[in-house]
Amino acid sequence: MKKNWPLWEVFVRSKNGLEHRHFGSLHAADAEMALENARDVYTRRNEGVSIWVVESKYITASNPADNGELFEPAKDKVYRHPTFYNLPDEVKHM
Amino acid sequence: MSEKEIKNLEQIFEARIERDEKIEPKDWMPEKYRQTHIRQISQHAHSEIVGMLPEGNWITRAPSLRRKAALLAKVQDEAGHGLYLYSACETLGVSRDELYEQLHSGKAKYSSIFNYPTITWADIGAIGWLVDGAAIINQVPLCNTSFGPYARAMVRVCKEESFHQRQGFEIMLTLCRGTEEQKAMAQDALNRWWWPSLMMLGPTDAASVHTEQSLKWKLKRKTNDELRQQFIDQTVPQADILGITVPDPDLKWNEETGHYDFGEIDWDEFWQVVKGHGPCNKERMKARVDAWENGAWVRDAAMAYAEKQQSKKVAKAS
Amino acid sequence: MEKTALFNYILGIADNNLILGQGLGELCGHGPNLETDIALTNIALDLFGQTRSYYQYAAKLSAIHKTEDDVAYLRKEREYKNVLLVEQPNTHFGYVIARQYLFDVFNYLFVEKLQHSKDETLSAIAKKAIKEVSYHKRFSGDWVKRLGDGTEESNQKMQEAIDGLWQYTNELFEMTEADEIALKAGIGVNLSELKEAYYKEVSEVLKEATLTIPENPYFQKGGKQGIHTEHMGYILADLQYMQRTYPNMTW
Repeated sequence: MKKNWPLWEVFVRSKNGLEHRHFGSLHAADAEMALENARDVYTRRNEGVSIWVVESKYITASNPADNGELFEPAKDKVYRHPTFYNLPDEVKHM
Repeated sequence: MSEKEIKNLEQIFEARIERDEKIEPKDWMPEKYRQTHIRQISQHAHSEIVGMLPEGNWITRAPSLRRKAALLAKVQDEAGHGLYLYSACETLGVSRDELYEQLHSGKAKYSSIFNYPTITWADIGAIGWLVDGAAIINQVPLCNTSFGPYARAMVRVCKEESFHQRQGFEIMLTLCRGTEEQKAMAQDALNRWWWPSLMMLGPTDAASVHTEQSLKWKLKRKTNDELRQQFIDQTVPQADILGITVPDPDLKWNEETGHYDFGEIDWDEFWQVVKGHGPCNKERMKARVDAWENGAWVRDAAMAYAEKQQSKKVAKAS
Repeated sequence: MEKTALFNYILGIADNNLILGQGLGELCGHGPNLETDIALTNIALDLFGQTRSYYQYAAKLSAIHKTEDDVAYLRKEREYKNVLLVEQPNTHFGYVIARQYLFDVFNYLFVEKLQHSKDETLSAIAKKAIKEVSYHKRFSGDWVKRLGDGTEESNQKMQEAIDGLWQYTNELFEMTEADEIALKAGIGVNLSELKEAYYKEVSEVLKEATLTIPENPYFQKGGKQGIHTEHMGYILADLQYMQRTYPNMTW
């Protein structure tokens, strides 16, 4: 029998108020072990207050080849940004 | 894809790197880029985990509890660094197991310095000071390398490694301020580790096959000889502070160049160690293979247990 | 409580951590994979951290041993008070886990009680240690289940380790003279009171792990009186090598 431990992605919240951020990956046989390993591997220096782990195979990633159609169209929607609108300098707090 | 189309993609790719854009795993990349990165990153990872062995050799014998804890933490960090690097490598579509196989079969290389024995406590100081010192010089520029996962792993590695060299230097300093016997131990360690540390920065530019391509892909920012010079220039004054002598009669400050001139490196020794005939090549490989093979039943058990638990969960849910 | 008795009481606790940490330290770099290596090293680091706190306190009470290192390194084998369990070798990973788990369950129950010691230093050390030990127990307990209820081979190996180490469990609850004095002073823990909870918890986990407890076991003891197994001399030879070869130096 040769089955390797699957790969997991690790997300760590450094402190309350911040989002979980992708820290890296590791191998583990099950979710419990993945959490424990993540704790030992990625929070040795007090880097976290909360950990998420997810098996890498469950992540669906966009394909960079589609970047044109996925992301280019957002580029010219300048009206979504506040700088698009001209206001006189006297107007404050806006 | 036609040859012309590939050529075109390659040009776009090289231009992106030129502009300092990062390459991410799913991006198109030339096959040679992928292979070179797998080779270099895995070699780097292997060096971390083989590097655990010479230092691990002294964990049970560390002379104080403070030193023991620091050494243990350092060797553990190296396991962590190996792990980050294997993970970066895995994003290129090769599994950690395959990489281990390459290491165990002798196909993959690791830093030849770890094939030297640690025979006194001072060697632990010398490794931290010199070997980690040389490693940092190699690694800091890699925080900006073109391949995203490698660069990110290196940022983490460099951040964590900052205590390693200080730990080593402090050991040396304590020895050099200690008894005559301790100082002699420190000098002896410097004598044995100096030249291998210089070799660690790689063959001379003239003999190095990868340098030009690696510079282009930002796998290297400086040539081996430049890095070596930098290492010597920064390390010699540190040896002066310790009050021990670098074992090179030709070493002297060159006012004109603003660098140290140094003696001939014995490259025959370097190639002999690289080819597997260093003092500890066989022991190091045996230790790695044994750990992996003796651990097979443990890894299998964990998988079998996980599957059983999973099917129990499914049975409960239905 | 009289200083010598308290000194002895502290060593009875701390020597266990030192010797167990030493065994785990030996394993660093040789574990079944990187993740497990890192995890076990974390446990070793916790144990050494606790050891140092205890020894620093002990050194303050001693006329002979001035520093934590004097206490750790400069005693004769007969003066080490650790239980036999923690000095058993890393025969294979099953032994490492079994040794760890059989100790962790005890250590957790012990440290939990030690938090209420009238001795402020011991109580403070225990309050810090309880979180670490709680994680150790969880980690080793999970692995007992994985190996026990994993494959046929792992079950055999884990059973072999339990069979080999079970004989050392009873000693954990043996009350020494120092234990009795400390207990009377409101400083120490009544070890015999922990016994029932210990065997109950261990039995449940072993059962879940499809492992069996040896029937009609014979128990070994002696560690607490400084009469150790043959492994101990080698552990100390490593541990004390530098301090014995180069006496009276700073490292």
